[in-house]
Amino acid sequence: MRAGWSSVGRRALFALITILVAISLNFVLFRLAPGDRTSALRCQGCTQEFKAQVRAEFGLDKSVPEQYLVYVKETATGNLGRSFVTQQPVLAELWKPIRNTIPMVLLGTLFAISLGLTLGVVSAWRRGTITDRASVWSGLLLYSLPTQWLALMLIFYAAGPLGLPTSDIADPYLAYENPGWWPELVDRLEHMVLPAATIGLVLFGEYTLITRSSMLESLGEDYILTARAKGLSNWQIVRRHALRNSLLPIVTLIFLSLGFILGGAILIETVFNYPGIGLQLYESVSERDYPMLQGGFLILTVSVILMNFIADVLYFRLDPRVTE
Amino acid sequence: MSPQELAEPVVPATADTRRRIPLWGFLKGHPQAAIGAAILVVFALVAILGPWLAPYGPREQVGPIFGTPSNPHPLGLDDAGIDILSLLIYGARITLIVGFAGALVAVVVGGTIGIVSGYFGGRIDNLLMRITDYFLVIPDLVLLIVVASIWGRSLRNIIIIIGLVYWTFMARLIRSQVKVVRERAYVKRAQALGASHVRIITRHVLPQVLPLILAQTVLMVALAIFLETAISFLGLGDPNAPSWGRMIENAFDRSAISYGAWWAIVPPGLAVAIVIMAFNMLGTAAEDALNPRLKVSHLLRRHFRMRPLPDREGPR
Repeated sequence: MRAGWSSVGRRALFALITILVAISLNFVLFRLAPGDRTSALRCQGCTQEFKAQVRAEFGLDKSVPEQYLVYVKETATGNLGRSFVTQQPVLAELWKPIRNTIPMVLLGTLFAISLGLTLGVVSAWRRGTITDRASVWSGLLLYSLPTQWLALMLIFYAAGPLGLPTSDIADPYLAYENPGWWPELVDRLEHMVLPAATIGLVLFGEYTLITRSSMLESLGEDYILTARAKGLSNWQIVRRHALRNSLLPIVTLIFLSLGFILGGAILIETVFNYPGIGLQLYESVSERDYPMLQGGFLILTVSVILMNFIADVLYFRLDPRVTE
Repeated sequence: MSPQELAEPVVPATADTRRRIPLWGFLKGHPQAAIGAAILVVFALVAILGPWLAPYGPREQVGPIFGTPSNPHPLGLDDAGIDILSLLIYGARITLIVGFAGALVAVVVGGTIGIVSGYFGGRIDNLLMRITDYFLVIPDLVLLIVVASIWGRSLRNIIIIIGLVYWTFMARLIRSQVKVVRERAYVKRAQALGASHVRIITRHVLPQVLPLILAQTVLMVALAIFLETAISFLGLGDPNAPSWGRMIENAFDRSAISYGAWWAIVPPGLAVAIVIMAFNMLGTAAEDALNPRLKVSHLLRRHFRMRPLPDREGPR
């Protein structure tokens, strides 16, 4: 166990260093753009005062190393600059869309986990049967579909028959009626269904295929033969021996993908006009709002790093053999 | 015999060290790969012969806006009255070029880093792998929109960005393979004979990892095409290159949904899906054939009876 904790410490250190590197890369990446942050970057509608303020905040009149130090200090204190468009602090501007994205992503992931895991286990168990083939092919197909296209297809063919809204996060007229929290919640959920379903379907293919191959690998191990020799039933073998061991890579995978989906939701949120972090970044791109882009990029990178860290720690917890 | 002994096949010391890749036999043995390859050949032909196959030009207005599919235009018309079948045919070339070129950048960069890292080991390895680790955690789609919006919209930039995002997978994989090859007896022998690093890498290491690189390249092309459609959809694609990704973006942008013009969206998406699936089928089959550890054919259907695994590696 001590070896395990020291690896967790090492992982934590690595995560911390990676975050620092991310902050630095962010600095370099945005300095590659021509001009300074207020002139060439099309800060339309910015007043001279605002430009001067931005320059002062990040010390743009100073040398590059000094600028870097100022930037690191500002970032460490949570000041990611001000949006060119709204002229409000970036962190506050990004927090609201992130809050919108998280439940949607979680709903989709939950959908993918429950369905993908079940189908993966079943198809590994019944290897070679029609069920197996069907789930492998549907997994492969869903894995191959462009995300944005799948979302558009859902709008075309699922939204109408199911009577689901295809845009925005809530019915704008509902607020005037003041119907209480229950209809509002239902309304929110209805708006969340299609984007979440898209995420779920995209991930579902991946989870099914990986659960299946992970299960197949476990089922080929010697301890399964032992379990079988002991006379355990198929169900017991699958649940207590095979699934338990094959869950390791799956749990890691889920956490790894969680970090990425937050950023990957860009495409889905664009299609559904869902006001999450992805749509915010998309709009920042078209408005050339660099402080917002920079802040969003940093936050998403950090969230991936954190998810990686959690995945690593979980791996140590779940598998006592792993000591690196 | 212990599993370890079985894992290390005895390489006959013949003069001919070049190994032919038995392509025909491979396709015959893997129907999945054969189907994938056949689909890709068709699409490649379409891409090459595009200008001769397409009934209309890619910028030629031939009918009303969002004209419905009809006899002269089997897939209908887009928001500018351009024939969608023609656009699809012209788009094949651009999409495939971006896919292959992006994968090539990723493979060359990742392969070089992987080989150098795995072959030399030590400090170089450590440094390179830390860099790789870092790139692995960057959310790729976000990096891509940031870089694309800073560098500007062009096909060349998209190709470089795809390479930038995907080289890490390649580097990791090749490195671990090279580490195995490096310990083989014939490499040690070549070292003892005083062969230079360049010679050992090009004559002994590279031929061993080349099949795996090829299999990975195929899978990488699928990823690259996927990424191209994503970049294009976010409005960061090359405005002068009508790729399939741009077709989807264009249809969405010009509200094909409210027109109910499914024919503007379904065909390019299906084309992307079919091509990606074909690359995946070919790539995974090749990977399975090359990396027997992933092979699961020792499992009998419905029963958990199995044969011992001869190809198991030592403790990881």
